Parts: sequence; structure tokens; C-alpha cells
Amino acid sequence: MALRWSGAHLPPDQAHIAIDPLSIAAFIAVAATFVRAIWFTPLERIQGPAQKIFYIHAPAAWVAFLAFGLVAIASGIYLWLRDERLDRFAESSAEVGVVFTTVVLVTGPLWGRPVWGTWWTWDARLTLTLFLWFIYVGYLVMRGAVDDRAVRARYSAVLGILGALLIPFIHLSVYMFRTLHPLPIVMKASRPSLPGEMLLTLLLAFASFTLLYVALLRARYLLAEERDRLQDSVA
Amino acid sequence: MPPDTISAALAIARKDLAIEFRTRTAFLSSLVFALLAIVIFYFAWDPTAIPALDLAPGVLWVIFTFSGLLGLNRSFGIEQSERAIDGLLLAPVSRQAIYLGKGLANLLFVLAVQAIALPAVVLFYNVPVSGGFAVVAAIAVLAAIGLVAIGTLFSSMAVNTRLAELLLPMLSLPFFVPIVMPAAQATASLLAGRPVAEAAAWLKVLLAFDIVFVAACALAFPYTIEE
Repeated sequence: MALRWSGAHLPPDQAHIAIDPLSIAAFIAVAATFVRAIWFTPLERIQGPAQKIFYIHAPAAWVAFLAFGLVAIASGIYLWLRDERLDRFAESSAEVGVVFTTVVLVTGPLWGRPVWGTWWTWDARLTLTLFLWFIYVGYLVMRGAVDDRAVRARYSAVLGILGALLIPFIHLSVYMFRTLHPLPIVMKASRPSLPGEMLLTLLLAFASFTLLYVALLRARYLLAEERDRLQDSVA
Repeated sequence: MPPDTISAALAIARKDLAIEFRTRTAFLSSLVFALLAIVIFYFAWDPTAIPALDLAPGVLWVIFTFSGLLGLNRSFGIEQSERAIDGLLLAPVSRQAIYLGKGLANLLFVLAVQAIALPAVVLFYNVPVSGGFAVVAAIAVLAAIGLVAIGTLFSSMAVNTRLAELLLPMLSLPFFVPIVMPAAQATASLLAGRPVAEAAAWLKVLLAFDIVFVAACALAFPYTIEE
């Protein structure tokens, strides 16, 4: 959040609301991306305006996978180094990842309805994304149900690692049902098959969403840090 | 694996099964749940629209999964009373032995429920018993290993949370997807009388899942019971 409540550990008169420049930069970047996507990027000939949702959907999916990948890495290193900061990082990244996965799951059907003619289909990628959402919502619910900080960190790390191991299996088993999802357009072996203007908008969207991820992650991390500090001062 | 790990695991499994054999609470509730679910599923669909035989594989796997969860909840639940888990942790045995012993007891529990539920589905849904049935039994064993590997680990975590047994299904079910999907698909293909080779690809997924997750959960288990 751009406005961050800081100094929860201080007496009320010293607490203040800090303005976080990184969050503001991220919001401006995302807003600029949308302005460009809506007004300055050509319409796709067949899909029409529906295709524009792709500038939210694809970068949100990228951020979700990035966020969950980092949860798994931070979880693995946590079990090795036992550094609380890694646990707070995993917690923050999982929460931001769930938000972006929700964006993916909401924007997908909105596009699918006019283009595919159906809100939802049990396609490999859709199903995988839905299960990612379930795994990490479960992860967050579990975090909320454990009071002891060290126990919570260990359980979360175990779940974070097993969740990452599960993804290839879900992908494999749902892939054995047939897939309908468009294949990758930018990150593929041959050259990107997107006109220059659209490609630029998409790359801008990827960059601004990644910046938004970093800003949200940082804000959420600072919140976790202050919560832990508050807990220590009460104990 | 050192021989004393195996003998310790067997002793723990024997202890859990002895408790279950004397009380029979979890077994009876899982079994009654499975039988009730078989009956309820039958009436949940219009039998003139969907033949019972087409429902059978799905019903079978939904029942196995949920009745398994009922039993898995108890696995570490019984260690909570009088802090029995502390005694187990103080015993001079490796953490892997505790996991293996608990897992073995759970496996026998799940297989025992399956051994009764499978014939019940055959009976109530008029499933023709053919040569493919031995393969269905093999699928059931492979799937049970995967269910138990995940469920045993999560049970040890769930009992220490505020949500306790409510958390186990939420954590476990996403992990059961790559078990239930191949198992149900392979069962459906076999019950439809298609050749075993068609189910082979699904069996490979199951086998790979078992190998990866038995190893991963055994490695992860010590982290869940540290004091």
C-alpha cells in the first residue's frame, strides 16, 4: 500500500503514516501500462477489445508463478538457515501470490466467455492455476492457525516445499486431459509472434506488474516485521 | 535403511494398530462413512440418465479419499492425549522410524477400509468382475501409499494447529488430485473392459507420485515434530 502505517511498536503519538515511494512508483507504472494498453495499443483483429485483458492476465500469471517459486526457495533455505526473515519473506510472497492468482482466475473467464464461448474449461493451465490458488490459500489458512512462531515457520516451509513438488504432478495429470489454452506467444523457441506495438505494451505490463509485486511484497514484509516486533515487546 | 529403523517402525505401527483394534472407533466410523457415501452417491444422480457403472470409478475414489482422511486425522490425534507424542519423541528411535511406523499403520487402515468398500461398490453398482480387477486392486494399493504418505505428514502438522482436524482436508486434498485423477481414470478404463495398456500411463503417474512423495514426506517429517 502506498500509505503504510508505521511505528506500531511506538507510543500512539509517535506513530505516523509513512508514504512509500516504491509503492507509488509501482502504482504509476501500472496505471501507465493500462493507459497505453487501452488507448495507445491497436485492437486485435479477431478478438477485438477482449484481447486487452491479456495485458493484465499474462503479467499477473507471471507474477503469481514468480511469487510461489520464491516461496518454495525461501522455504527450502529457511529449513537450512532458520532465519526468521526468510519465513516472513515466504509469508509475504505467498499472500501477494494469492492476490495475483485471484486476478488471473478472474480475468481468465472474463476473456474466455467472449473468445472461447465459455467461462471456464477444465484445461490443463486453468486447472493448474486453480489448484495453485487452493494450495496457497491452504498455506495462508494454516499460517493463521498456528500461534508459535517457530512452529509456524517450520510447518509453512514444509508446505511451501511440498507445494512446489506437487505442481509438476498436477500439471502432468491435468495435461493428460486435453488442453485448450493458447500456447505461449512471447517466451517460445521461435520469434515472438506479436506485432511490435502490442509486444511493447505486454513487456511494459510485465515490468510494471513485477514492480507492483516487489512493492506489495515489501509492504507486506514490513507489516510482518512490525507484527513480530510487537509480539516480542508484549511477551 | 538400518534394521533398527525398520523394527522401531514396526513396533510403532503395531502399537497404533493395537489401539485401533481395541477401540475400533476410527475404523468403524470410516467404514460406515464409506458405505453411507456409496448409498448416497447412488441416489444423487438420475440412474436413467447415467448408468451406475459409469459412476462407479468416481464414487470409489471419492469414497477412498474421504474415508482415508477420517482415519488419518486420528493418526496423530491419539498422540495428543496425555502428550503421548512426547514419549514417542523421547524414545531412542529415529524420526524417520516414527514416520514410517505411523505411515504403515495408516496404510493398513486405509487398505482395510478399501478391502470392504471395493466389494461394496461392486455389489451396489453391479460392476462386472473381470480380469482387469487385479489391476484395480494394484491401483488401490499404489494410490493408498500416496494418500498415506501425504496424510501422515499433514496429520502431524494439523493436530498442532488451532483448526486441528478441520485443516487436514484443506491441506491434503490439493495433494490428492494427482492420486485420485490417475486412479479414477485408470479404474474407469479397466472397468469399461479396455486393455490394461491404456491404464499404464496413469499407473506411471501414480508410481512416480508415490516415489517422490514418500521420499519427500519422510525427509520433511522430522521438521514437523521438532521440540
